[in-house]
Parts: sequence; C-alpha cells; structure tokens
Amino acid sequence: MAISTTAGHAPHAHGKPTGLWRWLAATNHKDIGSMYLWFSFTMFLSGGVMALCIRAELFQPGLQFFQPELFNQLTTLHGLVMVFGAIMPAFTGLANWLLPLMIGAPDMAFARMNNWSFWLLPPAAALLLISFFVPGGAAAAGWTLYAPLATQMGMGMDLTIFAIHILGVSSIMGSINIIVTILNLRAPGMTMMKMPMFAWASLITAYLIIAVMPVLAGVVTMVLTDRHFGTHFFNAAGGGDPVMYQHIFWFFGHPEVYIMALPAFGIVSHIIPTFSRKPLFGYTSMVYATSSIAVLSFMVWAHHMFTTGMPATAQLFFMYATMLIAVPTGVKVFNWIGTMWQGSMSFETPMLFAVGFVCLFTIGGLSGVTLSVAAVDIQLQDTYYVVAHFHYVLVAGALFSLFAAIYYWFPKMTGKMYSEPLGKFHFWWSMIWFNVTFFPMHFLGLAGMPRRIPDYALQFTDFNRIASIGAFCFGLGQLIFLYNMLRSIRHGQAAPHKPWEGAETLEWQIPTPAPYHSFVEAPHVEAGDNGVIHSMTGGAHH
Amino acid sequence: MESVSHQTHYFVPQPSRWPVVGALALFCLGLGAALAVNGVGFGKVSLGVGFAILFYMLFGWFGDVIRESLKGEYHGKEDTSFRWGMGWFIFSEVMFFAAFFGALFYVRTISVPELGNFEHKLLYPDFAAAWPLSTGPGITQPYQAMAAWGLPAINTLILLSSGATLTWAHWGLIQGKRASLTIGLGATVLLGVLFLSLQAYEYRHAMHELNLTLASGAYGMTFYMLTGFHGMHVLLGAIILAVVWLRVMRGHFNPEHHFAFEAAAWYWHFVDVVWLLLFTLVYWL
Repeated sequence: MAISTTAGHAPHAHGKPTGLWRWLAATNHKDIGSMYLWFSFTMFLSGGVMALCIRAELFQPGLQFFQPELFNQLTTLHGLVMVFGAIMPAFTGLANWLLPLMIGAPDMAFARMNNWSFWLLPPAAALLLISFFVPGGAAAAGWTLYAPLATQMGMGMDLTIFAIHILGVSSIMGSINIIVTILNLRAPGMTMMKMPMFAWASLITAYLIIAVMPVLAGVVTMVLTDRHFGTHFFNAAGGGDPVMYQHIFWFFGHPEVYIMALPAFGIVSHIIPTFSRKPLFGYTSMVYATSSIAVLSFMVWAHHMFTTGMPATAQLFFMYATMLIAVPTGVKVFNWIGTMWQGSMSFETPMLFAVGFVCLFTIGGLSGVTLSVAAVDIQLQDTYYVVAHFHYVLVAGALFSLFAAIYYWFPKMTGKMYSEPLGKFHFWWSMIWFNVTFFPMHFLGLAGMPRRIPDYALQFTDFNRIASIGAFCFGLGQLIFLYNMLRSIRHGQAAPHKPWEGAETLEWQIPTPAPYHSFVEAPHVEAGDNGVIHSMTGGAHH
Repeated sequence: MESVSHQTHYFVPQPSRWPVVGALALFCLGLGAALAVNGVGFGKVSLGVGFAILFYMLFGWFGDVIRESLKGEYHGKEDTSFRWGMGWFIFSEVMFFAAFFGALFYVRTISVPELGNFEHKLLYPDFAAAWPLSTGPGITQPYQAMAAWGLPAINTLILLSSGATLTWAHWGLIQGKRASLTIGLGATVLLGVLFLSLQAYEYRHAMHELNLTLASGAYGMTFYMLTGFHGMHVLLGAIILAVVWLRVMRGHFNPEHHFAFEAAAWYWHFVDVVWLLLFTLVYWL
C-alpha cells in the first residue's frame, strides 16, 4: 500500500492548533473528548451542589433552607443535569477519546459534526441553569416532567423543553458518529466479534439513543403544545390522558437507564481482565447479553407505572419482562467474577473502582428486581427505596465506572501517571460515604418516606441525618479526584506506553500520550476476543 | 473510486468554525422559542437572530462539504460513512414520528374509549367515545373532521408520483441521460411544492370552514401535529431536492459519485412512506 507517498498530502499534515480556536473549532476526537469530559465534570459538580442543597434541607424535619417550590426545582434540575449533563456526555466523551484508538480509526467518522455535538451541550446547560432565574423558577415537576405538572408551571418549563430538544440533537448526532465510526472505520483485522467490549457497549448505547431520544423530543413537544397551543394530549377534557405522557416518556426513559449503564459494562469489561491478568471470561456471551439487554429495554417501560393503573395482564407482562433483564445482567456479573476467578489480581485504583462497581451495581440490580414485582412496587413507588435503587446503579454504577475509566486511561490520555495513593484514598472515601448516604435510604423507603418532599415525619430523622452527613462527605471527596487530576496533569510522573501489565487492547500499542493524530494510516491487526491485540503492523501517527 | 477494502486514509476535516456557529444558533433559537411562547418580545428577536445564524451556518458548512466533495476528498470509506449516517438520521426521524403515531394509537384505542366507559359516566355524563371525538368539556367549538377522499387523496397521488419522477431522475443520472435527470428532479420539486400548496389550502379550509384547530380535542391535535410535522419534512425535503437540482445544473454529479442526490432521495421516500401511514391512519381509518 502506497502509504508514505500520500501521507504528505493527508489532511492530518497540519500541526496541532493552538489557543482558544483549538477548542472552539476542534475536529480532533481527543480534543473533543477532553471537552466532553471536562464539561461533564463541571455538570457533575453543579448537579452535586444541587444534591447537597437537597441533603442540607433534609438534614432535619421541617423547612430549614428552601421553600418547597425551590426544593422541587432542585430535585428536578439535579436529575436533569446529572442524567443529560454529567453521565451521558461523560460516556460520549470517553467514546470519543477511546473508540478511534481501540479500533484503529484516524478519528471519528464525522469530525466536524462531532464538534457540533459537543458545543450544543453548553447552550443546553445554560438554558437549564438560566431557568432558575426566570419568573416562576426552574422546572419543578421532577426530571420525568410528568403531565399535568409539566403542562402547568412557568417559563422555566419551556426553557427545559427546548434544552431537552438541543440535548437530543446533540446526543443523536454523537450517537450517529459513534455507530458509523464503529461500523465503518475499524482497522483491517478488527472484526465485529473481536472488537473491544467498550466498542460494543458504545455501539448498542448509541443505537438506543437514536431510537429513544426522538421519542423524548416528541413527548416534550406535546407538553409544549398542551401548554401554549391548546392541544389536549395530556388532558382528559379533550380526550387525552396524562397517563399517556408516562407511557411515551418511559418508552424513552427505560432504555435511557441502559444508555447510562451499558457503557459502564463496557468499561469494567476491560479493567477487570487487565488487573486480573486474564482474558475476559465469556466475551461472546457478553456481546449477546448486551444486545439482549438493549432489546428487552424497549419492552419493560410500564414497570415505572404500576401505580398509575393498568390491566393486571399488562402488569404481569411488564413484571416478567423486567425480571427477564436480570438474566443477561446476571450473565455479565458472573462473567466478571469468572474473569477474576484464579486471576493474578492487583488492586490499582481503576480495579478498585471496577470491583466496587460490580459489588454495588449488583446491589442496585437486586433492588431493581425487588421493585419489578408489581405487588411490592405498589408499596415502594415514589419512596426513598427507589431513590436508593437508582443511585446504586447510577452513582455506584455509572459514576464509579467513569472514575475507573478516567484512572485507567489517564496515562494514555495525558502521558502522566495519577497519584496512586490519592486515587486509592478517593476510592475508599467514595465507597464508604456512598454507602453511608444511600444505604439508609432503603430503610427509609421501606418505612414509607416519600421522595421529592422537603419535609418528613420525625421518625425518619436519624437515617436522614446519616444520609446527609454521608452526602456531604461524598461530595467533598470528589474534590480529591479533581485535585489528583489537575496535579497529575502538571506534575505527574511520565507514564510508559503500557502502564498496566495486563492491558492488551489496541490503545496500549501506541505511544503515550496518544499522538495528536493517531492511526492516520489504518493499522493491520490480528485480534482476539475483546480487542486483545496479538500483533499489529502499520498504523502511522503524527 | 478507491476500493473500500484497500483505502488506508480517511478524510478528517481541518478545524472548522461552523459547529460552534451552529451551537450559537441553536442557543438563540431555544432561548427565543421559550421566551416567545410566553409572549416576551425579545423572544422573537432571538428567534430571528437564531434562524439567521443557522442559515449562515448551513450555507457555510454545506458549502465546505460540497467543495471537499468536488476536490475529490471523499472516497469509498467516506461515502460509506455518509450512507450509514443518513440511514441512522432517517431512523431517528422515524422514531420521532413514532411518538406521535403512538399518541394517536393511544387516544383512539385507550383514552377515548375509557373516557366513554361506565366508570366515567359520573365525570363526563355526555361523553360519547366516538372518533372523530366531538364531545368532552375541552372541546368548546364544534368542528368537522377532514374527509380522506378529497384533497388528501389527491395529495397522496402527488407524493406517490413525485417518488416515481425522482426514481426516473435517478435512472437518468446513472445512465447519463441528462434530460430525464433535470426534468425528473425538477418535476419532483414542483410536485413537492404543489403538495405543500394543497396542504396549505387544506389547512385554510379546515380552519375556516370545518372549524378544525389544534384545540379540537384528540382529533384536532393528532391531525395537526402529524400532518404538520410531515408538512415541515416535505418542505425540508423539497428544499434539499431543490439544492440538489441546482447542483445538478452545475454539473456536480456523475453516474458513480452522487450521494447527495441519493441521500435527498432516501429522505424524500421516507417522507413519502410517512404520508402513506398518515393517509391511512389519520385521514382514512
């Protein structure tokens, strides 16, 4: 192949752009990925501050700091900011950074559109945050924006609706990019059934996003027309039904849960093999499990609505379908354990977070199975048990996997090692205070404490105090992470090209830090399961 | 064209100003729309500015893409990417329409029949679970439904013919018959415009003579939201086809390399299929 002759004319031949323009006009997947990650950390901190406001208010019964209206706005925006601002962009950012490196692509398939996907996020976040300052304040209907709450309320709801539209455009474009990159730009030898689990997880996640974000856009558009243009979608007076909102919303909402979980599965499916120094157990079954979770996720939405009324047959269907998801999820958990079994394990920070993920996500998964039982769910609907459940899967699940990923790939991204003692401290600190915060919420929920209420009955005080103390400590601990990152980027030890002994995927075959333009020329690889590289030839960088 | 399996380089564009310009446009549009629906005067200004920036961005961005295409930067791999990209974009559009078709299904088979059942007699004693729904406290103005076998049937014929003329034009492009390409594509655009004009006439008729509005209960809302969003897509498709026609006249395409034409055609056929569903489910049944 005439590579060297054309390399000079390659569009990559330009150097690294500098200054602000490098970021505003970026077409480089690494720059865009970094922006995604920093943006999502910023959103994580702002959503976190909202969470701490909530926990401060709930430290004791009665109203201390916030009026109920503002409290409801805080719970709503905390959810929206964390889901759409922190978790989803963080996974897209990681996919941006890692996919081209993992599959041997020069960049994302649509590099300019990639930049648009990112730069739509700050405007959408701005609309969400501006909404606190308009008359009537921010949306206060909960992140689910249920009608008829959402068809009332002030201008903040409209800002939220349009922010969701922009976020949808952003994540659909980001997903098209991820899918096309994976389907079209894999290096020769990197076949679908060999490629890394993170690529599989990102592919299936992106598919889910394209399938359901337009549905969310549709349903919030119906809310908008109900609010301002006289339609009756969610108003029985004209033949509509507020329950219809819930059906359409959760048709989006349940796959959304997996949009925030599948990439996490992909991440730990790399970290656990690396630090167990064993190949991933059951790669093929992992691929099929991920796909079946995606398919099943479209058939379970009404388990969020057991109390809103539906025929018993429908309740049974949605209950059993939901329980069925435990099967592929169980396959995954057993595969991770099977990978660790008799491995030469070591516990660097990424592995600690990954193992922490497996333990705590499984707890969250089990409380999910509990909630899937319609008869039980009717008791637990909208209690703190649900809050505990989804924070186990989203904080100890999605967020812990993100920390694991950042620590794991930090050397490849920056060329520096993070501080291992600080990393370990961050893990143990987070692990302890996470459980202090959220484990008592199970008891609160079982005892009947409702969610999204700023006040509570006296008997809930002790557990709420424990949770609030845990939340503030957990929040504080994240500054350790920030400090570790900032300090290590500047002063960290230089990292070798493969800092982890057991890391065998393609991104570890190239120099550290990853060259600004990696795989300008597609390499030829011989790959095993889960993207393990046996040999690589070619693949120029500059 | 370089064969896909042996292509070792992939086109990655230079840094570009258009994405961030587009982000600014969508910020102005989002803010403007939220303010405008609440009657804040600045909202319309912001919407206007947003649209202006958006059109500036679209001209610039597509201009860049067309220049790159003409310079021969796009080979087999890039072409495949565009095909996948367009396909997934259309899938996202399908799911957007699915939300509204889902709403139509729900009101017709669940919420309206339920409101008419025995349990709801106390709530709305006069409610009759009929379709088109004409009772219910929210429906304050009597209205008539739109008949299927008048203008809508003619519009169905128009859109179906436009699909045929478009395919004729595509054959012309592939076989190098320029006349059938330009005439066929031009006819498609004109049929699209004719469809939109008839739809505008139909809306006028619906609002003035049938008294049918967005506020006409479950029938009016699903009618206007589905046909309205479809109409917007016809408008967009017609604009895309018109741009492709201009590019044809400038000789941008050859029988092997014309994905812009094909993407526009895919989009047009998608809009066509949505219309067939609309005609069946909204107008006819």
